[in-house]
Amino acid sequence: MTERERYEAVVVGAGPGGAAAAAVLARNDVETLVLERGVEAGSKNVSGGLLYAEESAPYAIDDLFPGFREAATERPVTDYYLHNLAGDRVETFDITDLHEHDTEWSDAVLRRKMDSWLAERVHELTRETGGGLLTGVRVNGLLREGGEIVGVTCDELDPIEADLVVAADGVNSELARDAGLMDWEEPEEWFQGVKAVVDMPEGAIDDRFGLDGDEGEAHLFSGDLFEGVRGGGFLYTNEDTLSIGTVFHLDSLVAEEAEPHELLDALLTHPLLARWLDDGYEEFEYAAKLVPDSKKVAHPSPHEARLVLVGDAAGQMQAQGPIIKGMNHAVTAGALAAEAFSEARSRNDPDAAGDLYERKLRDEGVMKKLRPPRYRAVRALAEHDPVTDALDAVLESPVGRFGVRALGDRLETLYGSPFLSMMVPDTRTPYVTLPTVIAEELGERIGGENDVDPPDLADRIGDLTYDVDVGNPHIEVDDDSFAASGDAVTACPVSARDFGGGCYREETVRTNGDERTVVSLDTQPCVECGTCAVVADTDWEHPRGGKGVEFRQG
Amino acid sequence: MNMVVLTKGVPDFREGQVSFDEDGHLERGETPTVMNPNDEHALEAALQTKVRQGGTVSVMSMGPPGYGDVLREAMESVYADDLYLLSDREMAAADTWATAITIATALEEMEPSPDLVFAGFKTADGETGHAGPQTCWAYGMPIVTHVVSLEIDPDEERLRAKRLVEGDIEEIETVETSLPAFVVADPEFEPSYRRAEHRLRHRDLREETRERAADHEEHMTVWDHADLNLDPDYIGLDGSPTVVSSVDPIPKAPAEREATMVDPERDEEMRQVFEEMAPLAGGE
Ligand SMILES: Cc1cc2nc3c(=O)[nH]c(=O)nc-3n(C[C@H](O)[C@H](O)[C@H](O)COP(=O)(O)OP(=O)(O)OC[C@H]3O[C@@H](n4cnc5c(N)ncnc54)[C@H](O)[C@@H]3O)c2cc1C
Ligand code: SF4
Repeated sequence: MTERERYEAVVVGAGPGGAAAAAVLARNDVETLVLERGVEAGSKNVSGGLLYAEESAPYAIDDLFPGFREAATERPVTDYYLHNLAGDRVETFDITDLHEHDTEWSDAVLRRKMDSWLAERVHELTRETGGGLLTGVRVNGLLREGGEIVGVTCDELDPIEADLVVAADGVNSELARDAGLMDWEEPEEWFQGVKAVVDMPEGAIDDRFGLDGDEGEAHLFSGDLFEGVRGGGFLYTNEDTLSIGTVFHLDSLVAEEAEPHELLDALLTHPLLARWLDDGYEEFEYAAKLVPDSKKVAHPSPHEARLVLVGDAAGQMQAQGPIIKGMNHAVTAGALAAEAFSEARSRNDPDAAGDLYERKLRDEGVMKKLRPPRYRAVRALAEHDPVTDALDAVLESPVGRFGVRALGDRLETLYGSPFLSMMVPDTRTPYVTLPTVIAEELGERIGGENDVDPPDLADRIGDLTYDVDVGNPHIEVDDDSFAASGDAVTACPVSARDFGGGCYREETVRTNGDERTVVSLDTQPCVECGTCAVVADTDWEHPRGGKGVEFRQG
Repeated sequence: MNMVVLTKGVPDFREGQVSFDEDGHLERGETPTVMNPNDEHALEAALQTKVRQGGTVSVMSMGPPGYGDVLREAMESVYADDLYLLSDREMAAADTWATAITIATALEEMEPSPDLVFAGFKTADGETGHAGPQTCWAYGMPIVTHVVSLEIDPDEERLRAKRLVEGDIEEIETVETSLPAFVVADPEFEPSYRRAEHRLRHRDLREETRERAADHEEHMTVWDHADLNLDPDYIGLDGSPTVVSSVDPIPKAPAEREATMVDPERDEEMRQVFEEMAPLAGGE
């Protein structure tokens, strides 16, 4: 029996959180091994995505990785708009000020390109410490000895010991769950993001948006176009593609029994989008992933013995009103955790890393952004159905409508307030009712037809790349009754009622004259978004290293 | 650990690559030469040993000068350190016996002498599976065939292998032998890298080899019969006891039907099709 392998630090996951952690560890001469389950870093990842570098943050990604913006990002966001929609009425607010608040820069990114570039740098840096970065390796649990966490176990490798385990394994972190730090129980703690990367003819982005090569735009959409589901849509300009998607509260998606791909189509086919899209619409990729809501799940103490959680794994994903900030916080947290370990190690007390990391998150103001105290106060008051109903009733009444008209332009300023955006309650008022009333009262009708014909779900699945782990499904349904797991039939972004080609299907089985409605699962088209880990009764794992879906864009 | 992998260039038998003349004889000139597909498993076994135990890998082949490309391909896949090409008119048209004598002599010539020699199971052209064992006999070292997994203990200078008994996937035995030894990798051979350090070294080697393979000729030694001190009477066609009495092409299936191509866009041609078919359908 050969000796067990050990490294000073093992980083699980090569997204922005893992990359930042590994870079800082390596620069502090910590022997660091990075394990990533995708065939290449980025092949499993999806974001909107606007990557922010915040002025107030202790770390920005281009400080850690010189040349990052030139090599790994798309366009910077130079203008930011919020569109309130009601039917074909639109009232547009320019919220560039809100976007620029505390922002050093912000670029659109595509994750395959970004993460694979980062991974090359990370490998070079960590290789010098005696470690390195490996792809195609899935960590499947924590290695424990006498109840203590001492390392990780993997599908593809023998167990590995480490003084520090960084769980940067994203949303649905199996390590966080294994440690008992996070669970996947409550739909209201999550958003579901769905996105299409859209091919654009050469020069079309500059022409149709009125941009010049190195400028870019962000557009957000809310109002009555999403069947009352709480959330909104986004559109970001990449170098020569568009990222168009939606982010909804998972509990609302489930409650409305909405089909995520149909909500995306509602956005794509809205008359407003005809400004930028035409009947030549072509989708490169359809993708989806859960997004944690830091206001509810950011772990106040994201560590346990030698394990630290960073980024989505710790729920550190901030929805600041309409602006979504996950990647930047993952970078900060990863770097802080690495810094904490290096300091603890130099004091000969590596086990103190977790506590030190927690203190740094607090002292650097990260926790305050993730769990704003103001939101807590508002939530106590506003997130009750009677309050929401009352607010909505007022807003929709002549009085409320008069108020909206009276406020007029000042609404744009209010929407642009970072102070207010921190305390928006999670109710339908800000997501649906208010934008709809704004559009109805202040908006203008936009004429014109939208000729976009989005692909159906079967084509979207057909266009994705999979390496199926035949005979080894990564998700199993524990309770197949419709009551326990039926929500997945609609909420799964690659399943739909009356669609036989998706993951979840509703079926009627007859046994001895009894009739039962059950769900059946085929994991082949799964995009590993994590939704059914929360909304259905499943035994949920990620596929083995290199298996499953492979995103080309992300 | 010094390792040598024996490989051979064979005609590319894949659909669309291979060409036969009217009599069904292979047209060698028209058919590209590629590395014998089964040799891939030998390369994998050698690579696994290099990654896990360290050491050097040389790739050796006997063939015409044009085999350089096959060797470069082999270099890339086994991250080889250097290449040996045994190439000489006198060596041409050798049967497996003469080939074995030539290769065994070349192996003896190598400095330092090999600890492990790897070969694939059968070549795609001759399909005899003799050359490996005969080489091994001529060189005089133990042979393990049908190997599906391999462990080396460098300190004890021993090799432990799992092999298919009689080539049967259902029956696997574990055997041990001293080094130097000759390993014939089975197509079922599965390399195994269960340690991160091995995968990282694998990655390093890949990056190093990329540069080396770009000018592989710099790393290639060409030996002719004189370099190896071989008597031309004992190698090549003259040294081959095998007599090929005749080669029977696989007969073509007799075709009785004749096909006519029509362009569906052309009404005139489609009318013809219709007229030919109508009587069959019982119409006019
Ligand atoms: C539709 C959508 C829009 C979004 N928009 C934005 C936006 O505009 N701006 C923004 O900042 N954020 C946005 N986000 C959120 C952002 O994507 C995440 O917050 C961010 O990616 C978190 O980074 P991370 O490093 O923590 O995790 P990830 O980026 O998810 O990386 C985790 C890595 O770990 C790997 N991994 C997982 N499990 C294992 C395992 N067991 N073994 C080995 N490897 C494993 C994964 O393959 C992955 O590479 C959006 C998300 C979605 C879904
Ligand atoms: S099966 Fe589950 S994890 Fe896979 S795409 Fe559907 S909801 Fe997401």
